[in-house]
Amino acid sequence: MTDLTAQSQQKRPATAADYVNLMKPRIMMLVVFTAVAGLAAASGMTGVTMHPAMAAIAVLAVALGSGAAGAINMWYDADIDAVMSRTSTRPIPSGAVPKDEALAMGLIMSGVSVMLMWLASNWLAAGLLAFSIFYYGVIYTMWLKRATPQNIVIGGGAGAFPPVIGWAAVTGNTPLDAWILFAIIFFWTPPHFWALSLLAHKEYAKVSVPMLPVTHGAKATRLQILIYTIVLIPISLSPLATGLGGWIYGITAGVLGVVFLVCALAILRSKAGDDGAPGADMKLARNTFLFSILYLFALFGAVLVEHAAGLYFPVIGG
Amino acid sequence: MEDPTLKPDVRQMTPEELAARKKRNLWLGLALAGFVVLVMITTIIRLATGTGISGRM
Repeated sequence: MTDLTAQSQQKRPATAADYVNLMKPRIMMLVVFTAVAGLAAASGMTGVTMHPAMAAIAVLAVALGSGAAGAINMWYDADIDAVMSRTSTRPIPSGAVPKDEALAMGLIMSGVSVMLMWLASNWLAAGLLAFSIFYYGVIYTMWLKRATPQNIVIGGGAGAFPPVIGWAAVTGNTPLDAWILFAIIFFWTPPHFWALSLLAHKEYAKVSVPMLPVTHGAKATRLQILIYTIVLIPISLSPLATGLGGWIYGITAGVLGVVFLVCALAILRSKAGDDGAPGADMKLARNTFLFSILYLFALFGAVLVEHAAGLYFPVIGG
Repeated sequence: MEDPTLKPDVRQMTPEELAARKKRNLWLGLALAGFVVLVMITTIIRLATGTGISGRM
């Protein structure tokens, strides 16, 4: 038998799944997908291609960076995660992974991911990756999240970086098209997250996190969801004007944009998030949240299909 | 004579904890080896192609 110092905070031995969950795999999937779309779009628009192995390592670096930011977030938020039922089973509050270990994992993975990105591509992509980890782990998690109801709006910038990083990895620069992809995710984040927060605002209130429904009420949140959706739609269509998006993208963004708008209007008219709101209204908020995920996947999927599968048919100048 | 107050606060690891630690160490070793391989790959490609990118800029 081996001695172990009694400082361990573990209540049960951690499994591989606990370490995977520490990296927020669902967010990581979206991050990787949008980064790959940015990478493909950069190649398609400029004709510059990365060596396939270098591209794969760059994508792995983005995934590791996302995982690192997730681990740092879980380390810092362990106190409130333990109180909220939605997050109480996460690896740290459930006692599987000690806090210090999560922090160490996050910091080491941050360094490794940035180093790998620099080796596989260039300093600009590596710098953007480092900044996006800092943005999520420090600016959003440690500062904004517990300080302002605009936490999701400003913090959304962290999740919007992956396509820019993917683009920079290929070309070494970040033109307007890369920032359009950034803007799509940036303006998509508030309606996406607020739809969820309409369902979970009591949990946030319990831990004094100033999410919009907690500070301004469900009605104001429903209006903000509509406003951001209205802003998002023209931004999502702007790739058609710059030539980044072709017919497939245009049809996808147009049709799904209308559906998103219909959902946002229905939420505005509903009582989702109010005390005693009908089950159907809460279901509407949940469905809007789920649809928003599909929306973003579909938009970036269209970019990917057009630029990686050679199915780009320009709307303007074709 | 040993002062009991100086004895470190220790407990025995259970067989499950030992197995978990062994598995974790294995994964850490594999991750480290993977990192070394990836650095090697990027170095080889850079030496062979210069930057690892091609096409018009």
